[in-house]
Amino acid sequence: MATPKKDLGSSRKRDLGSRAAQGKPGRALFLIVLIMGGLIGGMFASGHTSPRLGIDLAGGTSITLSAVPDGDNQDAINTTNLNTAVNIIERRVNGLGVSEAEVQTQGDRNIIVNIPKGSDEQQAREQVGTTAELGFRPVLSATSAQPLPEDTGEGTGDTGDTGETGDTEGSADTGGSEETADSGDSADSQDSAGTEGDTATEGDTGAESDTTDQGLAPLGQGGSATTASNASFTTDQADEGDTGGDTGDTGGDAGDAATDPAQQEAAELQAQLDALDCSTDEARLASSRAAGQADPEEPIVACYPDQDAKYALGPVAVPGTDVTDASAVYDTQRGQGWIVQMEFSTAGAGRFADVTADLATQVQPMNQFAIVLDGEVVSAPSVSERLGGGRAEISGSFTQETSEDLANILKYGALPLSFEEASVSTVSPTLGGEQLEAGLIAGGIGLALVVIYMLVYYRGLSLIAVASLLVSTVLTYTLMSLLGPAIGFALNLPAVCGAIVAIGITADSFIVYFERIRDEVREGRSLRPAVERAWPRARRTILVSDFVSFLAAAVLFVVTVGKVQGFAFTLGLTTLLDVVVVFLFTKPLMTLLARRKFFSSGHSWSGLDPKRLGARTPFRGARRGPAPVQPDVKEA
Amino acid sequence: MSRLGDLGARLYRGEIGVDFVGRRKIWYGVSVLITVLAFAGVLIRGLHMGVEFEGGAVFTTSATEVSVEEAREVAEEASGSQALVQTLGDDGSMRIQVSGLDTDQSNATREALAEELGIPTDSLNAEVIGPSWGDQIANKAWQGLGIFLVLVVIYLAIAFEWRMALAALIALIHDLTITVGVYALVGFEVTPGTVIGLLTILGYSLYDTVVVFDGLKEQTRHFTRQTRYTYAELANRSLNGTLVRSINTSVVALLPVGALLFIGGGLLGGGMLNDIALSLFVGLTAGAYSSIVIATPLVSDLKSREPEVRAQDKRVLAKRAKRADGAEGEEHPEDEAVASGAEADDEPVEPADDESAAPAGVGAPRGPRRQPAARSRGRGRPSGKRR
Repeated sequence: MATPKKDLGSSRKRDLGSRAAQGKPGRALFLIVLIMGGLIGGMFASGHTSPRLGIDLAGGTSITLSAVPDGDNQDAINTTNLNTAVNIIERRVNGLGVSEAEVQTQGDRNIIVNIPKGSDEQQAREQVGTTAELGFRPVLSATSAQPLPEDTGEGTGDTGDTGETGDTEGSADTGGSEETADSGDSADSQDSAGTEGDTATEGDTGAESDTTDQGLAPLGQGGSATTASNASFTTDQADEGDTGGDTGDTGGDAGDAATDPAQQEAAELQAQLDALDCSTDEARLASSRAAGQADPEEPIVACYPDQDAKYALGPVAVPGTDVTDASAVYDTQRGQGWIVQMEFSTAGAGRFADVTADLATQVQPMNQFAIVLDGEVVSAPSVSERLGGGRAEISGSFTQETSEDLANILKYGALPLSFEEASVSTVSPTLGGEQLEAGLIAGGIGLALVVIYMLVYYRGLSLIAVASLLVSTVLTYTLMSLLGPAIGFALNLPAVCGAIVAIGITADSFIVYFERIRDEVREGRSLRPAVERAWPRARRTILVSDFVSFLAAAVLFVVTVGKVQGFAFTLGLTTLLDVVVVFLFTKPLMTLLARRKFFSSGHSWSGLDPKRLGARTPFRGARRGPAPVQPDVKEA
Repeated sequence: MSRLGDLGARLYRGEIGVDFVGRRKIWYGVSVLITVLAFAGVLIRGLHMGVEFEGGAVFTTSATEVSVEEAREVAEEASGSQALVQTLGDDGSMRIQVSGLDTDQSNATREALAEELGIPTDSLNAEVIGPSWGDQIANKAWQGLGIFLVLVVIYLAIAFEWRMALAALIALIHDLTITVGVYALVGFEVTPGTVIGLLTILGYSLYDTVVVFDGLKEQTRHFTRQTRYTYAELANRSLNGTLVRSINTSVVALLPVGALLFIGGGLLGGGMLNDIALSLFVGLTAGAYSSIVIATPLVSDLKSREPEVRAQDKRVLAKRAKRADGAEGEEHPEDEAVASGAEADDEPVEPADDESAAPAGVGAPRGPRRQPAARSRGRGRPSGKRR
């Protein structure tokens, strides 16, 4: 026995030198307890004490949309476009009032929309799938979406302020004539009150300048037009001279011509506008669906949720397809902050010039040009002059985000890509619960079988394995719980499956190590040196095979789509945890327990009984021991 | 356990062993046969692709009173296509599968079914899959498979050597082929779950192979510095030495998968859990088999072609022949005794020769060697191991 002890000494010293964690098992164990404590603490502190469940376990609807390549535009399917589409779909789905709906890209051409149970799945599907329509419609009249009378009072005051004080003549005129026009249109006194409220709201927001009210202006023109009203359109300077003259003429004509025959229609529209309910998400949805399905040639009523306003809008004057490009730009020259620049196709430029010329002669709110997406107003800049030249910009109180949003909407009309429903799956919470339960039962049985097998085969050693499995389970569970809120990880059925399969991978590492120890014991070593000598070799095997597993999981995660990803993620996570557990828990624990008499004496229940393992007798070991030990130490 | 442990010990010391490497032709033959069968199965019978790959709808009901027949009629009437109805478990829940439906049709079918079953449409689970989705999953899976194989071969070539990487690759393809073949021959349905299982086999089958190769690498590290064993013999020794480990890791890996299969197939009567578990089960079994009887013998074959190894093998054999010549007469009974322990013809003879040489050098004649066989062999073993 003397020689093995010497061996132990040398190998332990080496270990101390190379890796402190191995030499000081207590420290590694402390570290892993600390990690576990931290994770569990974090879990409770964050309040996410269970993993977020995927749609297939929690119930709900999951829709996978695949981008369909257009014949001529193959590169349209790219990350930028997909992200834009995700933003737009998110807007739509959230417009449904769906809580916690999730829209994300997957792979290089898919978008997954997860809608939890309890929302109108049918409606959601329709919303998600339809190709949205974008168009510019002239505003016929506007009202506040807020029915509350208090607002009206407040608003009126504000309007006075913004309209008359800070602004140019045009704007002041606008305010005045608008009221007259409105009261003329609507016989109801309540209506006129409503109308006033509307102007109020707009004025209000403009004054506070914390909203995205915009103005259209020609590129490179002074800022006066922009600030003149809460929203304005402008265009190229080159056309400016003409613009003024044209505007006057056409505008006058158009105004006269339009008013008379449209009188009757306008009244109807006004009634519709009054009836329009924009106060709730559901109502807004209904209105936008109705408006979205309307004929482009017909006037519509639509909500402007961002401004809490509603509008009666004329026929589509410029279709969204006429916009060839749009971008968000930070205007440094004139200090307007974020603006949106856009370009029109030749046909679009002509139409746009005509319409803006007409609009510029109108009074507020009829000089506004609403940008309508899916039956909902996303922006309604006012126009103060004819905008020719095929270029225009919208200015106002944009933030970077809002300007980019608007630019995207303008650029892509709607979704930048056309999509098809690749798969739709609806799971009731009952079935989801059953699946989860079955998965957990299977996991429990699997774990129990592994534990029993280890117990029978490795006896005392299996206690270490079981403890390690438990540590691994705790780590996996807490990490999964925390990853839910952190990176949006959702536990779905394949992920559960991956976790169960991982039990085997984790237990395999212990087997590799235990068998190594046993081999060393068979060589006639006593337990402590056997444990230390077995480790470097087992470690290499474990690292190499875990790396291969991890590689498989990583490749799958990156390349594949759909449910495969959830599976790959769990597998990769558990493989990493396996390495952590073996290094920081199993090995140190083994080192510690090897000092215990139960194991070191080779108790018949320890699983390390040299006799049962068929080790050579101590006599021989002592006699021949030194010779084999020396070269081996170098290898280890 | 004692018996098992003993077996492990004896395998470890090389007292007993299966001559995997020496009889590799048989194993290769078996594998080639299985592979041919698998290919034949795929070509002739084809794979039964699930609705996920062809487009269509799968509806799952909770426990109901409606019979399978009624459900089928309703589904077929509403959809106008053939419907496949299975019961799940024993509480009367059903899985109704209709292929070739588009979204509208499947919605209509769903409503009709829900009405028939007397439950709200929302609580009838539906999975509607467009025909291109399956293609996409499959394409991605192929892509993943390709990338993984390339990366893993590079990695193994660095961590071990290219021969081992090649052997591991062949073993892996072998496993995948067998799994696919079993699917074709038995007619299991191929679903995304199956694909997940198949892809997992990648990592898992290699895990076993890596464990075996690691032992092999260690065992043959000092190959050229000894004259006792040929490469093939060393390979076989290491294989037998790690046999218990390989079997244990495979069993432990299979246990949870078996539990999944039992629960998924038995309790739930199908679905994702079952699909993943089934392909994993088949693949893992094939993986355990191939890492032992295909991968290592292949490495041995490839290695033996190396000039250096071939020269060394020749030296070993020459030396052995010389030794055998000297002790021919009495050697035979011993040879047979050992050969009966292991069914090998070549390898087990070898250690016996070796033993005979060692004590002879010490000066002890044959006598003591034969009687305490375990002792002398135990003595011989570590010297081999030390290399």
